[in-house]
Amino acid sequence: MGVVPPPSGLTQRGDTAPQATGGIGESTQRPDGVLKVTGEFAYASDLWHQDMLWGHTLRSPHAHAEIRSVDIAEALAVPGVHAVLTHRDLPAATHYGLEFTDQPVLAVDRVRYQGEAVALVAADHPETARRAAARIRVDYVELPVVHDEASATAPGAPVLHPDRTDHHAAHVPHPNVVHRQPVISGDVAAAAPTAEVVVRGEYTVGTQDQAFLGPESGLAVPAEDGGVDLYVATQWLHVDQRQLAPVLGLPPELVRLTLGGVGGAFGAREDLSMQAHACLLALRTGRPVKMVYNREESFFGHVHRHPARLAYEHGATRDGRLVYVKGRIVLDGGAYASSSAAVVGNAASLGVGPYRVPHTHLEAIALYTNNPPCGAMRGFGAVQACFAYEAQLDKLAAALAMDPVELRQRNALCQGDTMPTGQPVDSPAPVAELLRLVRERPLPPERPWEVPAAGGADGQVGVDLRELPGGLANTSHGEGIVRGVGYGVGIKNVGFSEGFDDYSTARVRLAVVAGEPRVTVHTAMAEVGQGGVTVHAQIARTELGVSQVNILPADTRVGSAGSTSASRQTYMTGGAVRNTCLAVRAEALRLGRRRLGAGQPGWDEPGLRLVDGKVVTRDGAVLAGLAEVLGDEAIDLELEFRHRPTQPFDRETGQGFGHVQYSFCAHRAVVDVDVELGLVKVVELAAAQDVGRAINPRAVLGQIHGGSTQGLGLAVLEEILVGPDGTIRNPSFTDYLIPTILDVPPMPVDVLELADEHAPYGLRGVGEAPTLSATPAIVAAIRQATGLELPRVPVRPEHLTGT
Amino acid sequence: MRVNLTVNGRPLTADDVWEGESLLYVLRERLGLPGAKNACEQGECGSCTVRLDGDLVCACLVAAGQAEGAEIRTVEGLAEADGRLAPIQAAFVETGAVQCGFCTPGLLLAAEDLLARVPRPADADIREALSGNLCRCTGYEAVLDAVRLAAARAAGAPDPAGAGPTPERRP
Repeated sequence: MGVVPPPSGLTQRGDTAPQATGGIGESTQRPDGVLKVTGEFAYASDLWHQDMLWGHTLRSPHAHAEIRSVDIAEALAVPGVHAVLTHRDLPAATHYGLEFTDQPVLAVDRVRYQGEAVALVAADHPETARRAAARIRVDYVELPVVHDEASATAPGAPVLHPDRTDHHAAHVPHPNVVHRQPVISGDVAAAAPTAEVVVRGEYTVGTQDQAFLGPESGLAVPAEDGGVDLYVATQWLHVDQRQLAPVLGLPPELVRLTLGGVGGAFGAREDLSMQAHACLLALRTGRPVKMVYNREESFFGHVHRHPARLAYEHGATRDGRLVYVKGRIVLDGGAYASSSAAVVGNAASLGVGPYRVPHTHLEAIALYTNNPPCGAMRGFGAVQACFAYEAQLDKLAAALAMDPVELRQRNALCQGDTMPTGQPVDSPAPVAELLRLVRERPLPPERPWEVPAAGGADGQVGVDLRELPGGLANTSHGEGIVRGVGYGVGIKNVGFSEGFDDYSTARVRLAVVAGEPRVTVHTAMAEVGQGGVTVHAQIARTELGVSQVNILPADTRVGSAGSTSASRQTYMTGGAVRNTCLAVRAEALRLGRRRLGAGQPGWDEPGLRLVDGKVVTRDGAVLAGLAEVLGDEAIDLELEFRHRPTQPFDRETGQGFGHVQYSFCAHRAVVDVDVELGLVKVVELAAAQDVGRAINPRAVLGQIHGGSTQGLGLAVLEEILVGPDGTIRNPSFTDYLIPTILDVPPMPVDVLELADEHAPYGLRGVGEAPTLSATPAIVAAIRQATGLELPRVPVRPEHLTGT
Repeated sequence: MRVNLTVNGRPLTADDVWEGESLLYVLRERLGLPGAKNACEQGECGSCTVRLDGDLVCACLVAAGQAEGAEIRTVEGLAEADGRLAPIQAAFVETGAVQCGFCTPGLLLAAEDLLARVPRPADADIREALSGNLCRCTGYEAVLDAVRLAAARAAGAPDPAGAGPTPERRP
């Protein structure tokens, strides 16, 4: 056996149903589905090479410490060890980062968080590498930690990055503030006295982990040309390449990346993890090096969702019209910047939610601390804000004695309104309608645990423990159970914002193979599970009228696709595939006209299409088969696609056309709470979302269900517990709980398709919006059941029992 | 040490196995069967679920030496000899129960085991049986659809709602 390669291409015919063409709007099946159910799909952690070594990372046990010395002699002497590397062995650039180049490849003289990489080992067995790493002697001198806003900005606080050169450094109030973004509209000071009802609240969001199931992994293979081939699970091949080349001291074309199978991402693979380390070990040893994190290391090996503290004040008239919103959002970015600055921009610009607010004064900041580094996670700054502003809307409804849904609908954002950033909402924003859809669903039956008693007389009831809070732990048979219903709605941006040159690239080839026209689509899009590969094939079928589409593996031989994040890939790489297909179609028609058009007036008609492998007129008359048109010529084009440009937000006012597109989702949560034990069972979680156009309806539902479930996790289960010393208490799936199938309720979904005229096919990015509103809806339902304020998530039993 | 196993009906031998290696490691790294996945190494996630002499186990929690002489069934052994998918595999693909797919091998083994014991499971039965298998992508709705579909087909019943080509949508 040689190399176990990533999938060599996914070919699928568009014949899932007799009348189907496999084009857009159909729930076609995943082209990688069969490989994934047979165990043949090669994830990055499955890759294998007969000569390969295993890499391992030695990480800091301290959240903040000076490194006096590192002694690798004993580790190097372990039989089976081929290399031990420290920062002294780095051949070129010593730091990397997505936006700020602030993260050491290997710690130099200081570690800033627990888990920071200090040294690397390559050995012939993973256990040998682990044991050798344990023999590396690092002399640490612990330093005081900064762990929140007060300690990070106190006089004399240790400055984590004293020599900042990033573009925000000159504008922040303290060097431990990564970025600050105010958003100011109207005149809050003048308007505040006109508010008849004012509510205030302070909220806390715990640290959530993406907890993808497939840990960080990859295989680096040194090449004869002095370069390296890296097979890796990532979200954005080209941004990895951009960061790796300077670290390896190689030109980018010698750092070739191919996507290995990816076991989920959710933001956690946007930053480098093992990429540089495996490549460095491979180049040093001349052997392929595989690195696979275990679950514990994964908790230290990627950024998390920013924990946040949020303070809000909402003022409204007595008839429930919002007058103003004041707010301050403090995000803890941890030790390195990652994408914190962009998270700040999102939290600030989306911080009042999907509401019309005439006067706004918001400020969001992200801190540098010695806590775990935070960055991208599904929802990206909008999740934290949504939990707080939705709690505020409920608080306001209570103060007004108004129905919380009606209050939201009265202030709901509509197309034509203006955001607090001054950006007009220039495509459908059916916020009120989404709320109506979830509210009008029939409620699930009360006391669902009551079942006919087995063998009992008529009318006797038994208990199905599985339907109760506490479940099979047998904590209640219905005593002390109170039902609650709550609502939430949120707003998320789609695509990269604030003036970023966001583009994607697609190469499309149309050729005749064995007498049949076939399409090959090549992009660098990271398929992380979302189903982009499915969508690309659908788009190619629709635009080129060819049933057989081959999707090539994603790699850096084709131009960048941008990141699989920000709900952007169907819009951006889907848009790129469409864009290139349209150019290929135009070229095919030009070829047809040249070859077959003489004396055939049909070829000069406007609106010629490609259908079922043929060129047809608008009236459906067949002009020629594609095989005839193409002959032995292939049409092969690679083109970039951009969304409309955006602008940076003004540093002082936050004004600017900052976002490409908005995405909206609403939830209604129904919960049963054991108010004596503080146990919660979510009984139903209904969602309604506008997706513009469902390119693959089943995949859309999968995104809404999956996103809603991660929101449920944040509401009642998921938190990385970080002590005041900056260390993580629960880096395992035993102690960090993600929802099981027993924790997740039925999730009925309404999908609206209101086209956004600016987007390909009118589609709207789907993946993130459902993650926002699920959390506040569930907590609102728990509040209704318990009467408690519950200002933090996740809600734990002790928050409900007061014990 | 040497470990002898029968995997998916095939006798296999792994040599030079270190005593600390798990059954999962031996399957994945020594026997070329990476279908079972390593996602937590604590028996919490079920991604490494295989059958050991008929019982569902987390292969990460079984020392390779403990499995000496055992019959192992992995996801690679689910399909028919001619390559046709087993009904539960087909149902997972058709209902969209596969996204990233990392949990899929374990879920398939657990679902197959459930349907062998309980041919027409209620939703609560499905949830109970699959509660040891974490999935981070799907929210489990499509997983439930898949098990319902496979159960209905085995009973010769029409495909249940949610399993057809067009999922629930309105208006």
